[in-house]
Amino acid sequence: MPDDVATRPVRLPDDRWHPLEIVFWLGLVTAFFLFPGYRVLGSQILITGLFAVSLDLILGYAGIVSLGHAAFFGVGAYTAGLLAVYGWGEPITGLFAGAATAAIVGYGTSFLVVRGHDLARLMMTLGIGFLLFEAANKAAFVTGGVDGLSGVVMWKLFGVFTFDFAGRTAYLYSLAVLFILFVVLRRVVASPFGLSLIGIRERSRRIPAIGAPLRQREVAIFTISAAVAGMAGALLAQTTQFVGLDVLSFSRSAEVLIILILGGAGRLYGGLIGAVVYMVAQDILSTYISAAYWRFWIGLLLVAIVLVAHGGILDGATAIYRRLTRGRS
Amino acid sequence: MSELLAIENVTSGYGESVVLDDVSLRVNEGGSLALLGRNGVGKTTLLITLMGLTRLHGGTLRWRGEDLARLSTHERARAGIGWVPQERSVFPSLTVEEHLTAVARPGPWTIERVYAMFPSLASRRRNFGGQLSGGEQQMLAIGRALMVNPSLLLLDEPMEGLAPLVIQELRGIILDLIATAQTAVIIVEQHAKLALALTENALILDRGRVVHQSTSAQLLADPATLHRFVAVA
Repeated sequence: MPDDVATRPVRLPDDRWHPLEIVFWLGLVTAFFLFPGYRVLGSQILITGLFAVSLDLILGYAGIVSLGHAAFFGVGAYTAGLLAVYGWGEPITGLFAGAATAAIVGYGTSFLVVRGHDLARLMMTLGIGFLLFEAANKAAFVTGGVDGLSGVVMWKLFGVFTFDFAGRTAYLYSLAVLFILFVVLRRVVASPFGLSLIGIRERSRRIPAIGAPLRQREVAIFTISAAVAGMAGALLAQTTQFVGLDVLSFSRSAEVLIILILGGAGRLYGGLIGAVVYMVAQDILSTYISAAYWRFWIGLLLVAIVLVAHGGILDGATAIYRRLTRGRS
Repeated sequence: MSELLAIENVTSGYGESVVLDDVSLRVNEGGSLALLGRNGVGKTTLLITLMGLTRLHGGTLRWRGEDLARLSTHERARAGIGWVPQERSVFPSLTVEEHLTAVARPGPWTIERVYAMFPSLASRRRNFGGQLSGGEQQMLAIGRALMVNPSLLLLDEPMEGLAPLVIQELRGIILDLIATAQTAVIIVEQHAKLALALTENALILDRGRVVHQSTSAQLLADPATLHRFVAVA
């Protein structure tokens, strides 16, 4: 059957890699060489992007709203940070340890979250976030409390690459982890399991009637999402060699939600694009315009995006892209 | 033919309220049943009760001799009950093909066979559920239910709101399904004569109770009963 551009679904990703996707990833590699002075910021954008992708799995696919996703980011960050403080600074195992503990916490809390509806889920995730934040604050003898966890000493990556202050290793390490996870998650969301998540978002009451156990699937994706968020947290701890209490904060949960909605939920790439736009805008605004009032401009940007393309930047861009390609054919 | 489904003295409803009162019926493997009656007499509630989405106040549901009532909704679907709800429940942002692959379970029904049965779905495989016409959505809902490889298909007013030509096409397809006799069918329908022409047995509900049970041919030849309990279109 010939591929008719007009009828082909525009949702990304589907099975094949779109040329624009390859351009996107090559762009992230190119940025490493083009902006050597911004590699630290770049690695934080990649990490935040991964965190936003983790939120997209539950919000954009399964339709589970969360105001406390930093809980899992923070658990991953403290796990990797504490491992390094107590003598195990090997990055890759630390990364998986962060994912594992976040997955355990995610699995345990998922039962509390999925049983309710939207408002109950908002309250529940918010509550879990607050609980973990205050627990880490109180357990200062382990976490460092408000002073943060210092003394994180990372070993060389693969025994070769030192985590330098210029962010060279941090950027490439974050990019590699992000890309590998992304390829895996891309498969997951295109699988029957992933498709059933979209079904859960759109007609959740009818999903069991076509043979998919609703609650089990919600628990599964919540756990996977927590694990990915934990990996993002672990990456931040390892690349900055510090864990601040803010990894668990409400503002981090809110920020990742803003980033995802800004970029466009439900397509995996929205979180990445949102992270790039949000953090670059934040950097430019706070450097060149006003360090104190950068949120004013971010607010303006959000209002504009929602007015122009309520599906986020990705939706707006897709609409323009489709118009252009249709014009050509 | 051996017994597939047996409902005995079932009383069910939503919460405390009772919609179905002491209903019994039987469907054999490969059999077909037209479930008739006016609006609001409990036809849809009967199907929903089979899916385990109502409160069962009393009676038994047997599926191939086993107790159906202890299975959850998704287990009933996997055990072989395919439900095509009245509102079709097509997912707006999944493509036709994704609807079918997302639910596929092993069995005689494959995606090729569903496409062979519904050529109009094959030509729209890359379209989203939200872009389909009413008739196509109905076909997709049936195709999706078939991909779970059911032994019993529950069709809730499949012809409702469709154009006459589409009804013709769908009628042929349902007839085909029943004729191949691998899948038993319970069809709820306002077009009584249409449903009776398709099926082997018939049952009329009135205010939650069974008021008539016979073969479809007998009921077709009994206009008095039809007029009394069913709005004949």
